[in-house]
Amino acid sequence: MAMLHITKENYQELVEQSAQPVLLEFWAPWCTYCRRIAGVVAKLPEAYAGRAAVAQVNIDEQPELAQRFSVDTIPSLILVKNGAAGEKLVAPGSKADIDAWMQAQSV
Amino acid sequence: MGKIYDMLVIGGGPGGYTAALYGARAGLSVLVIEKLSAGGQMATTEQVENYPGFDEPIDGFELGERMQRGAERFGAESLLATVTEASLEGPVKRVTTDEGVVEGRTVVLATGASPRPLGVPEEQALVGRGMAYCAACDGMFYKGRTVCVVGGGNTAVGDALLLAKLCEKVYLIHRRDTLRASKVYEKSLQAAENLEIVWDSRVTRLLHAERVTGVQVENVKTGAVRSIACDGVFAAVGRVPDTALLASQVALDEQGYLIADETTRTSVAGVFAVGDVRTKAVRQIVTAASDGAVAAHFAEEYLNSIT
Repeated sequence: MAMLHITKENYQELVEQSAQPVLLEFWAPWCTYCRRIAGVVAKLPEAYAGRAAVAQVNIDEQPELAQRFSVDTIPSLILVKNGAAGEKLVAPGSKADIDAWMQAQSV
Repeated sequence: MGKIYDMLVIGGGPGGYTAALYGARAGLSVLVIEKLSAGGQMATTEQVENYPGFDEPIDGFELGERMQRGAERFGAESLLATVTEASLEGPVKRVTTDEGVVEGRTVVLATGASPRPLGVPEEQALVGRGMAYCAACDGMFYKGRTVCVVGGGNTAVGDALLLAKLCEKVYLIHRRDTLRASKVYEKSLQAAENLEIVWDSRVTRLLHAERVTGVQVENVKTGAVRSIACDGVFAAVGRVPDTALLASQVALDEQGYLIADETTRTSVAGVFAVGDVRTKAVRQIVTAASDGAVAAHFAEEYLNSIT
């Protein structure tokens, strides 16, 4: 599984109509904490292969999507299932934190 | 069970990777367990200007990666994992992670510290909805808006000044009538016209609808309570050492820091504490690195004494 990159143009197809849940990471190149978590995020597509797709949203390039999900802190993780967004996870401290949050959403 | 390492390092900040560097150079087999990325707290500092050897600011994230590569160059290994349990007594220490169990003859605890929460109701639930802990990370979202910064030390004042450049209005809420921050900030504080200091006050509640809408503050001298409307709250009230996992096994001081003197030896034989997690007077990158070198020395001495 590869990392997806979501824009307002492909959102409908890749997220809203996705057969499996999609984990969105909202980030920006200037965000220092996003860099810290980048190594963990890079592992997620493989770790969740078959269970969820993993995608990144660059909030500088996609302000509409950031606004739509009320993202005001990055990195923010949001799981979208059948087009509906779940509880946000802000700046997780480890992959274990992400795993626990995914598990709580039955993924 | 795999091999037994000479040294397990928990935490990949400057203390951890310096212990790994010195350990590996002394011929020890070393594994560093890090949950996020090399560098620890330093990795979120974009400009490090007080680590010697750099005549221009260096990016903390890059410095962390360099420290990692520097240790790996001599054979140290890294594992990206979260420690869930540690059994530190006895000649072979066992560390359980979400990626499996590892064993070592010595353990260097380099778990660092994280921002201290304000400790007010609903704080956790409002993170990402107006409650924040890093002005450099999240300040941009509050451009042209009103924010409160809580605290009175260098971090709080630095954050307030940074936000004052972006925001319409900044309140700096401090529980005393003087700041603890360094004098270098005084001029900038006076020059920042949109920055107002709320003295002798502590935040008692976060006011909110879907997002933070303000704070309720109590004057600690008069008991008077007032509300301040704001769009965001930045906490800068110090740090807490990450020692929750270790509390029952290693002696801690009243604030939760690991008790170890300048030898970095803890109350448990073969277990060492380095960096911000150790009781010490000065918490800096260079003192964390220094601890790492010392820990490697005494770990080697300990290993020689048991074989």
